[in-house]
Amino acid sequence: MPPREVFKAEVMDKVVSSADAAIADVGSGATVMLGGFGLCGIPENLIAALVRRGVTGLHTISNNMGVDGFGMGLMLEAGMIASHIGSYVGENRRLETLVLRGELDLTLVPQGTLAERIRAGGAGIPAFYTPTGLGTIVAEGKETLTIGNRTYVLEEALHADVALIKAWRGDRYGNLVYRKTARNFNPVMATAADLTIVEVEELVEPGVLDPDHIVTPGIYVDRVVVGAAYVKPIESKFIQTGGAA
Amino acid sequence: MSGKERIARRIAREIKDGFYVNLGIGLPTMIAAYVPAGINVVFQSENGMLGVGPPPAEKDADPDLLNAGKQPVTELPGCSFFGSDQSFAMIRGGHMDMSVLGAMQVDEQGDLANWTIPGKMVEGMGGAMDLVAGARRVVVAMEHQTKDGAPKILKACTLPLTGRHVVHDIVTELCWVRVTKEGLLLTEVAEGFDAAAVQTRTEAKLIVSPDLKLMM
Repeated sequence: MPPREVFKAEVMDKVVSSADAAIADVGSGATVMLGGFGLCGIPENLIAALVRRGVTGLHTISNNMGVDGFGMGLMLEAGMIASHIGSYVGENRRLETLVLRGELDLTLVPQGTLAERIRAGGAGIPAFYTPTGLGTIVAEGKETLTIGNRTYVLEEALHADVALIKAWRGDRYGNLVYRKTARNFNPVMATAADLTIVEVEELVEPGVLDPDHIVTPGIYVDRVVVGAAYVKPIESKFIQTGGAA
Repeated sequence: MSGKERIARRIAREIKDGFYVNLGIGLPTMIAAYVPAGINVVFQSENGMLGVGPPPAEKDADPDLLNAGKQPVTELPGCSFFGSDQSFAMIRGGHMDMSVLGAMQVDEQGDLANWTIPGKMVEGMGGAMDLVAGARRVVVAMEHQTKDGAPKILKACTLPLTGRHVVHDIVTELCWVRVTKEGLLLTEVAEGFDAAAVQTRTEAKLIVSPDLKLMM
């Protein structure tokens, strides 16, 4: 074993000064994963920086597409997106119009297949078989395999050039924890890109986060930036309840 | 009580003690309010939560605590949060006792169509295809006919499918129908209707159960 000092010689520091600096080398035509479910847990500050930078021809991968006027909707309105892979885009009217006109290449993927394709991409698994989508248009043109009495569809892994991630708290090493349902696609996407950029609400020193509670270990993270301000709009206000509750 | 409320109340009575259940967006979400007292059920939301509680007062809404319909919810004691990959591992892996979804069309083979109208609607399937592929019991909760009075329970779905041979039960404001190898078995009818009245509103042939009951 080398002496103890070797292990603690330098504190790794992945913190960058601003969202603009964090995405400064994201180029046009890049494949970009964006965390979030609806507007919950989206990297608001990194999206705003990307819109300011004005890159174009992006190939985005995200469960949704924001709404008109917020989140990825801003990227769409700025004409930055050439193609999109997601599971549900029903909240974005502009996207629907662009797709029906044939101006944007949209691939809809079942949400669980999307999550697992990303997981596989980060875990070195090139493809996997799933029961989801068998007998539907999702399975068209794909290889199938029957094991036992069930048939499965072959789905390929997804990987991106850049992942834009939103976490709640993070440290300088890029260890991350998330808050409630704002976790969603963020941790899995953090594993599946060449360059993973994270915005956090609160930056803490290494050792503050309980190692047992860390959801994303820092090995997956390249850059950390503190988000300046959060709007966090709630898309859909209140549940219709039939009776009591 | 509206038709939708009747559907929600009836399905709620089908939830057994100890069940883990995923409720789809819209009508199925209403079911949570009708679970009978004494039944301990854990609701899952596919955006990454088990133990979903009732909606909060408007002032207590937390933008980081939403269900898959993007509506504010609350935490019940014993709830947990997880990422989308784990959420769908538990769905696909057969751990959900029941999944309740809406539908545009269902047919005699148990095929379900609930996500797209080609050339008209670009929304996406969300988690529906995974839920119907993985849940132990798939219940369709829907109004019996379209707003224009066209049947939704068909001989064969005409819209793109969400899943093939996946539906176990169909519940509407008029009836409960079970999908069996022999065909669609009418097991319950709502008050004020009989099997013939349900059949005239249904394209698929219904087999009337010898034990036909009133839907409560």
